[in-house]
Amino acid sequence: MATYTYTPVPDQGAKAGVLAYLVISCVVLLLMMLFGLLMRMEQAQMISIGALWFYKIMTLHGAGMVGIVALAGAAIMWHFLRQYVDLSTGIFMANLILFLTGVVMILASVLLGDFHAAWTFLFPLPGNSMGMWTPGAAALFMGGLLVIGVGFVLLHLDIARAIISRYGGLGRGLGWPQLFGPDDGNAPPPAVVASTMVTIVNLIGLVVGASILVMMLVNLYVPTFEIDALLAKGMIYFFGHVFINAVIYMAVIAVYEILPRYTQRPWKSNKVFLASWTASTIMVMFIFPHHLLMDYAFPKWFLIMGHIIGYLNTFPILIVTGYGAMMIVYRSGIRWDMCSRLLFVSLFGWAVGAMPAFIDGTITVNYVMHNTLWVPGHFHTYLLLGMVAMVFGFMYYLGKPNENAPDSALDVAAFWGFVIGTMGFTMSFLYSGKISAPRRYAEHLPEWVPYDKIASYFAMLLIASVLVFIFRFLTRLGLASRDYQRASLARSMAT
Amino acid sequence: MQETAWQVSLVLMLMITFGVVFVAINSGKREEEYGPLVKRAYSFRTKLFWAVAFVFFPAMIYNLMDLPYSPKAVASSGPAQVINVNGHMWYWEMDRDQVEPNQPVEIRVTSADVNHGFGIYDPDLRLIAQTQAMPGYTNVIHITFPREGTYRVLCMEYCGVAHHNMMTEIKVGKS
Repeated sequence: MATYTYTPVPDQGAKAGVLAYLVISCVVLLLMMLFGLLMRMEQAQMISIGALWFYKIMTLHGAGMVGIVALAGAAIMWHFLRQYVDLSTGIFMANLILFLTGVVMILASVLLGDFHAAWTFLFPLPGNSMGMWTPGAAALFMGGLLVIGVGFVLLHLDIARAIISRYGGLGRGLGWPQLFGPDDGNAPPPAVVASTMVTIVNLIGLVVGASILVMMLVNLYVPTFEIDALLAKGMIYFFGHVFINAVIYMAVIAVYEILPRYTQRPWKSNKVFLASWTASTIMVMFIFPHHLLMDYAFPKWFLIMGHIIGYLNTFPILIVTGYGAMMIVYRSGIRWDMCSRLLFVSLFGWAVGAMPAFIDGTITVNYVMHNTLWVPGHFHTYLLLGMVAMVFGFMYYLGKPNENAPDSALDVAAFWGFVIGTMGFTMSFLYSGKISAPRRYAEHLPEWVPYDKIASYFAMLLIASVLVFIFRFLTRLGLASRDYQRASLARSMAT
Repeated sequence: MQETAWQVSLVLMLMITFGVVFVAINSGKREEEYGPLVKRAYSFRTKLFWAVAFVFFPAMIYNLMDLPYSPKAVASSGPAQVINVNGHMWYWEMDRDQVEPNQPVEIRVTSADVNHGFGIYDPDLRLIAQTQAMPGYTNVIHITFPREGTYRVLCMEYCGVAHHNMMTEIKVGKS
């Protein structure tokens, strides 16, 4: 059996750039959560903002959430990856500037130009507004997405360069010599393997996304440049699925890097781990037809592929990553604090959210549940209780005053408020999906309203808890940038 | 189907919850020797892998047996009753809105402008079938309405500011 000799490097504080990413993430995340609450309250008939504002907010909420979790995920990935490879701070900051530029363009498009074609910008809706917005507003929105995408392409190119330069290729970054040959124990650490995977899938996803955005921008002003609506839909969902999935694979690096310090047990890049990440690299790119199961015009084999990969994709999540976390925590004597609680619960959120997700990817289920509230039910579970919990766990880690610093009762209460609020909120979504309430409806029929009300109350609890997390992080920004030991180093060991 | 999806999801989610709670409860007392624990855990993981595979793979295959993409072999006789549907922002254009129960119906769905979704709700407001209404393509729903009543049609793909008002009805039988 291989001997694994690497140990995590000592704790490093966050660079100013990482902190800038995280502070912006806090602000935007909170704002987008409030937008989400407004939508649920509108559906619950607790407020009255009208359909136009509902759909404008929905467009901002979708684009904003996808963008901001990508930004937060990138901060985690960059923070840890730079401890193994030589990354460019200039490119990292260029991504942030391009991101903010894109955000301003999107805000102007929606708030000033009334654009509300949803973040999915399905062709030909952006160019066919029935007079509700101008082509200029549509161009501003899609241009904003394009600018954000260019920033992430730059970031991933820099990461690819750094990994190739350090390890000799992206295949080596995924640990293929150890996966397909004898395991000499020298596979790259999990943070590098995960970053390589994310870089591969995101570069491909972003190029496809940018291509369809450019095609649609041309079509806005030159309608004779025709686009096939089915092709456009396939490209949009390929890009969208890959990009939003990649965020959780970036954020899980925090779990790989931090949880072993708390449990004094290593998270190893062994063959099963490497096989799981290579499988995920492929599956994340080929699972997207599960968004298109109700587009009968696609070839049947293509749709069946989405169905099958949906089932297979649960294996790496449950059997490798989720189980791996349970393994290192079980009888570890772990010290529970806000960071370790949030990171531990994030694996629960990811795994538990994947269950209704793969069930929705079953064609016969999708036939009666596609585009119902079942869909936001599952993705809010693994994004909120999974990915976002990883981000807050990372923030608590950075701001931890010392190894034995106790948590205040308020923080602990906020943790439970976050867990209960998220589960109540997402289960309300799932139940509404079960009773066939469609998603993206500004007004709900009376039969659906009671569950909207329940969801709104749980969302309020969730947001109140997040306010505590954010407040705590912002008050500890000074600590977050310093180099000192926040938790014991994991021991190197041979098994 | 929705009830099954809900119950299966709940069972799977609860099983994960029990596993996580079990680990959390058993996290406090440290087992210093990690090697033997890893060995036991890997052995259990192999069993877990096969257990999950044993349940998931047959379920995956079984659920491919009855896809909605082609007409079902039904006991009823007679030619299919055809409804041609065209989605517009924000209304449905249908060349008929009444069909007979227990006889096959073929609903040919397309769109005149943007993407819509043609979702059929039974009289109890339960979604029983859907397809996307795509500009340039025709998707066909093959369905046999089992009982008389007024079925509602709702738009299942976001299509703009009046998306939620894009509703119509199909009458099944004399009702």
